[in-house]
Amino acid sequence: MNQMQRILSARRLSHSIIPQSCFLHRRWFATSETDASSPPLSSAHQKIQTLEDKASNKSRSTASTTSSLNEQELAKFSAIADTWWHSEGPFKPLHLMNPTRLAFIRSTLCRHFSKDPSSARPFEGLRLIDVGCGGGLLSEPLARMGATVTGIDAVDKNVKIARLHADMDPMTSKIEYQCTTAEKLVDEGRTFDAVLALEVIEHVANPAEFCNSLSALTIPNGATILSTINRSMRAYASAIVAAEYILQWLPKGTHEWSSFLTPEELTMILQRASIDVKEMAGFVYNPITGRWLLSDDISVNFIAYGTKKE
Amino acid sequence: MNRVLARQLKTNVCGSKHIFQRAWSTHVTRKVSSTAGSNESNANSTGDSPQHDIAIVGGGMVGIALAASLASKPLTKHLNVAIIDNNPLLGRKNIIEKGHLPDPRVSTVTPATISFLKDIGAWKYIEEQRHAYFDKMQVWDYTGLGYTRYNAKDVDQDILGCVVENKVLQSSQLSCVQESDLQKTIYPARLNSMDMLPSSSLTGLGEVPSTADLFMRGRLAKLELSDGNNVYAKLVVGADGSKSRVRELAGIKTTGWNYSQNAIICTVEHTVENFTAWQRFLPNGPIALLPVGDKFSNIVWTMDPTEASDRRSMSEDDFIKAVNDALDYGYGPHPEITSSGGSSLSWLTGDVNISAKERFETPPKVVKLSSERMMFPLSLRHAKDYVSNRVALVGDSAHTVHPLAGQGVNLGFADASALSRAIAEGIALGTDIGEANLLKRYEAERKPANIAMMAVLDGIQKMYAVNFGPLNAFRAAAFHGAHYISPLKKRIISYASGEQSLPLFS
Repeated sequence: MNQMQRILSARRLSHSIIPQSCFLHRRWFATSETDASSPPLSSAHQKIQTLEDKASNKSRSTASTTSSLNEQELAKFSAIADTWWHSEGPFKPLHLMNPTRLAFIRSTLCRHFSKDPSSARPFEGLRLIDVGCGGGLLSEPLARMGATVTGIDAVDKNVKIARLHADMDPMTSKIEYQCTTAEKLVDEGRTFDAVLALEVIEHVANPAEFCNSLSALTIPNGATILSTINRSMRAYASAIVAAEYILQWLPKGTHEWSSFLTPEELTMILQRASIDVKEMAGFVYNPITGRWLLSDDISVNFIAYGTKKE
Repeated sequence: MNRVLARQLKTNVCGSKHIFQRAWSTHVTRKVSSTAGSNESNANSTGDSPQHDIAIVGGGMVGIALAASLASKPLTKHLNVAIIDNNPLLGRKNIIEKGHLPDPRVSTVTPATISFLKDIGAWKYIEEQRHAYFDKMQVWDYTGLGYTRYNAKDVDQDILGCVVENKVLQSSQLSCVQESDLQKTIYPARLNSMDMLPSSSLTGLGEVPSTADLFMRGRLAKLELSDGNNVYAKLVVGADGSKSRVRELAGIKTTGWNYSQNAIICTVEHTVENFTAWQRFLPNGPIALLPVGDKFSNIVWTMDPTEASDRRSMSEDDFIKAVNDALDYGYGPHPEITSSGGSSLSWLTGDVNISAKERFETPPKVVKLSSERMMFPLSLRHAKDYVSNRVALVGDSAHTVHPLAGQGVNLGFADASALSRAIAEGIALGTDIGEANLLKRYEAERKPANIAMMAVLDGIQKMYAVNFGPLNAFRAAAFHGAHYISPLKKRIISYASGEQSLPLFS
């Protein structure tokens, strides 16, 4: 428990100290007023927290923000946001990983909701939410599989890009995109059959709070799927050193190793948010074929599927 | 991307006789749903044109194989497929009467293709028609220096392959398609032009965009047919043979060369039934004798163009004499089986190589010519890309090979199988089926295998094209090696049967 708290507090510190010049998926989720799982805050921490609050409140609405950090971030992100759908552009790794993630999602959700996996539209009638949808890479295939999809992202430019692209195909033009946060939707009382938050939690200020929101968005006995990167030495070597510095798949500074969660930590956080993790799988990259594969190896990228308790 | 603009031709109504079903997106799963049903197209209205998921241009064996394969998979059997082929007889039932003489256009299907045909449910129809399994093969050449015999038992199989008429292959697969739930429409016309636009937003189009709108915003490809119809599809598959129009319109370049050889094919009759496939390499090209069933065999004789036109026009008796000569003592002696050769290599034969112990046999004599002699020029052609924006090529349009190993259409069937698998995977994961990445997966699976096979066949063709002492001796050594060395023989049989897709590393 102590180690967890230390990690959580360290993350809060690190966000303000390290210049966040190139955080791609930087999402500012409002930290709630009462944070039961965190240690008592010192005044310094409180200051940082309120700064984050202000920043997150402002950044969601318009481009005008108080902190220069945010503007810089958003600008950087806006610059790259146009390339979401360029399959050879800066988001290429995500494009390559997409089919593999979808395979896992398809198989677990079909089993969870007892849908026929050999049907072409197995998610017909299910309401799904893609938290941190970015340009809609995940939302669109899910819509083609028959689901009623809502995609949310804290960065307005992403949502705009997603909307434009989804409008290009009649099968995906019914996706609802909103520039908002999970917490806000919880406040509005929305619920969904399945909640997906892929590659988001490693960028969030307070993962425990985030998981609580995800859980609140899920109906009882619904499904929650999260994917992230493991906090392991191998992940440091591959996801940060290799991906950002050597192969330059991602801009430097995209990921912060200390923000990664181990599968055990994620399971614990989800457990406390009333979600039972049922299955986990890893993604492994084969450099020869250039494809990602599902595997039992959860030491770098992994995805977890859990069910919400009654 | 090729932008080929064509003029609008006058519409023509009588194509509708051959159109089985106008598939309209009336059920919930289609995106351009309810209102499209009311836009029932009479060919001469300017209303919404037919919209399909896949347009297969070319209704030959490979094009129909793709349709049948899609029809047999649960993920893809709801798709809406258009088949565009100029042949007005396509789709007519019972065009093959029993008891007729075998058509000279036959294909040897490998065991891998037979499994594919069984999977799609077409093999049971083929077995009702004439077909000939064979389990032995003999290959030798005019020098008399060596021969190889293959037996299916070398690899613990019952058959090496089966010879089936092309008409039978095509109609059996078409029967499968017609019995399935696949929504299909046959357009008896030729493809005139094809157009694909870059993707752009559909905003401002309203609830259900029309077909023309979807085309203008890059979601559909538009095909203009010779009878004036316009067909729209998400994916266009070129299965229209070695002079593919789809390949030409998509701007896909090819490499290749013409072999200075023509092939004569015909059906012949024997007094006894033939159960072996025979191939003898002659100075100007190989002659192959393949069983087709009921004492008939098919001849594929490759030779110089001048010889070919001579042999085609000579009298039937002279031709039969020439064939028997070519298969027997013409051009050179029979290979001798020396006992010393056998015993010195006996440590290599092992117990499993049954065919190594078989003696050289002379093929059965031909007594009658049972069909016209058809002549075809031979060439090698390979498309640089198999896929392009919303276009995929399968079969001979992607690769044309020499007939000397009977592999051509088998590669095509493998292509059809791979493409339908890629499409099924794409649908399972919610991808747009015209998307480049999906099609590239198909290309990455088939291209290396096809290129490897073409290289092997071309190599064999070149090796036999020269009559040169040391090369002849090398070929003889190769014969002996393939005949006596069991592991090598097993590899060769397994590769030729389609069980392995690459000659070396599988």
